Amino acid sequence: MIEVNDLTKYYGSFPAVMDINFKVEQGEIVGFLGPNGAGKSTTMKVITGFIPPSSGTATVAGYDIINESLEARRHIGYMPETVPLYTEMTVREYLDYMGKLRGMTAERIRARIDDVVEICHLEDYHTSIIGKLSKGFRQRLGIAQAILHEPDVLVLDEPTIGIDPIQVVETRQLIKDLGGEHTLILSTHILPEVSQICERVIVINEGQIVATDEPNNLARRLLGSERVDLQVKGPQQEVIAALETVDGVGSVSRINIQRGELPQYRVESELGEEIRADLARTVVERGWELHRLEAVTMSLEEIFLRLTTEDEYSPDGESEVSE
Amino acid sequence: MNTFYIAWKESKIYFATPAAYIVGAMFLALTGIFFVFEVTAPFSEASVRGIVDWASFFLIFLAPLLTMRLLSEEQKLGTLELLLTAPVRDWEVILGKYIASLLALLAILAVTLYYTLLLYVFGDPDTGPVLSGYLGLVLYGAAALAIGLLGSSLSANQIVAAVVGIAILLMLAFANRVGDLVTGIAAQVFNGLSMNEHISDFSRGVIDTSSVAFFLSLAAVFLFLSIRSLETRRWR
Repeated sequence: MIEVNDLTKYYGSFPAVMDINFKVEQGEIVGFLGPNGAGKSTTMKVITGFIPPSSGTATVAGYDIINESLEARRHIGYMPETVPLYTEMTVREYLDYMGKLRGMTAERIRARIDDVVEICHLEDYHTSIIGKLSKGFRQRLGIAQAILHEPDVLVLDEPTIGIDPIQVVETRQLIKDLGGEHTLILSTHILPEVSQICERVIVINEGQIVATDEPNNLARRLLGSERVDLQVKGPQQEVIAALETVDGVGSVSRINIQRGELPQYRVESELGEEIRADLARTVVERGWELHRLEAVTMSLEEIFLRLTTEDEYSPDGESEVSE
Repeated sequence: MNTFYIAWKESKIYFATPAAYIVGAMFLALTGIFFVFEVTAPFSEASVRGIVDWASFFLIFLAPLLTMRLLSEEQKLGTLELLLTAPVRDWEVILGKYIASLLALLAILAVTLYYTLLLYVFGDPDTGPVLSGYLGLVLYGAAALAIGLLGSSLSANQIVAAVVGIAILLMLAFANRVGDLVTGIAAQVFNGLSMNEHISDFSRGVIDTSSVAFFLSLAAVFLFLSIRSLETRRWR
């Protein structure tokens, strides 16, 4: 569906993207993971035909993005990172305008507006002026316009940035639901988001692809295990012994004790095991006070450190996260 | 069709938001004041010559103020990214927006017909120069809007866009003043490039095809430059 070959993009003399190659198959949901300035947005702008590559080619739905630009653009729905919208229009007017620009018939526009408004939960905002909508609703409208013409390819640049946590969950679900019908590329710098939504993740750093894998594999190879940190008020040896008895727990270790602070424990388990509820129950059942319980994920910084400083990232995850 | 949709959308914004009304009101107030000066001067004649001369001068400022929003705001809001990634050709964007600004200008000029009406009520103007004068104004405005649109394509800042448009227009309008200072071919070139030189025929009741062609080509050239400017935006 999407094919990118040796794509390079310079801004002046600065290479934003260098020799990128990847393919996205029909119906796949692919996540672009990388820190700010890694080249995610640039790659997306090239794929959508907004900026031309300095060298290399990209095809969307079989159409070259430069030579058959108009045809390629017809097959793309795009939401840029900033979710640009015409603030003085109403939701309906805006969708109508975008539909017309994409060559849809008036009838189809009417039918599709009803569809996308329902899909994106904008029913109550048909006639609202876009400028008065909250960030979360604008985000949904951004997605609504992108899927309006039922494009083969959906390109969403940071679709969950800047909205509140509840809306983030809703938006992720929405994107996941869209995955069935569309080939989908989304960019993000949030690791759990990728593992929740995407079937495949492309990690990009400083304009180059550093890893391509399934999200679970990537996490497993990088992290090696699932980690939970606890802060418990109770006799230390007994706490450790009790935690070790919980099903699925691999190892329990004590981490930093500072004067006056409650002891903290780190529990490691097999990837994919959900042991937090059991851990909490164990602690509470013994009558100890549970002050903190938190799953430890690897921060993006750590991942990039790992990916960019090691040629082969180790499968056993001998990483120690220092406190 | 895309041109029509874009023109329709932009026209709606012109007529639904206050900006165009404020610019229009300013234009009408200024032309109105100078119309009064013209007709109340001793031995004044019942003609639109005064209106046309002054209106064309004010168009230098009015046109860029009307067009400054058209592309600058899309760049600032980022909506240009969605517009240019939709299956729309660059020239359709430029032409659509240009047509919308032309409609807004025609609407404003239409209101100045009120002055002409007064001339007919209280005097006996020659109809020929009235018609040719208005034709000249429309042509002048058409060229000025294209120049303003180029300014708007160059910057995401509306003020910068307007200033660039006004600067180009001032140069083209008053090139004949330079023409007065030099002689020979140079004088011909400067006078030939001067918008004011070309409009003066119209206000006298003369429709010179070369002047009509001048304004139309000026509009075409600057529309073409705007399209190229939009294209090169992708490279910036």
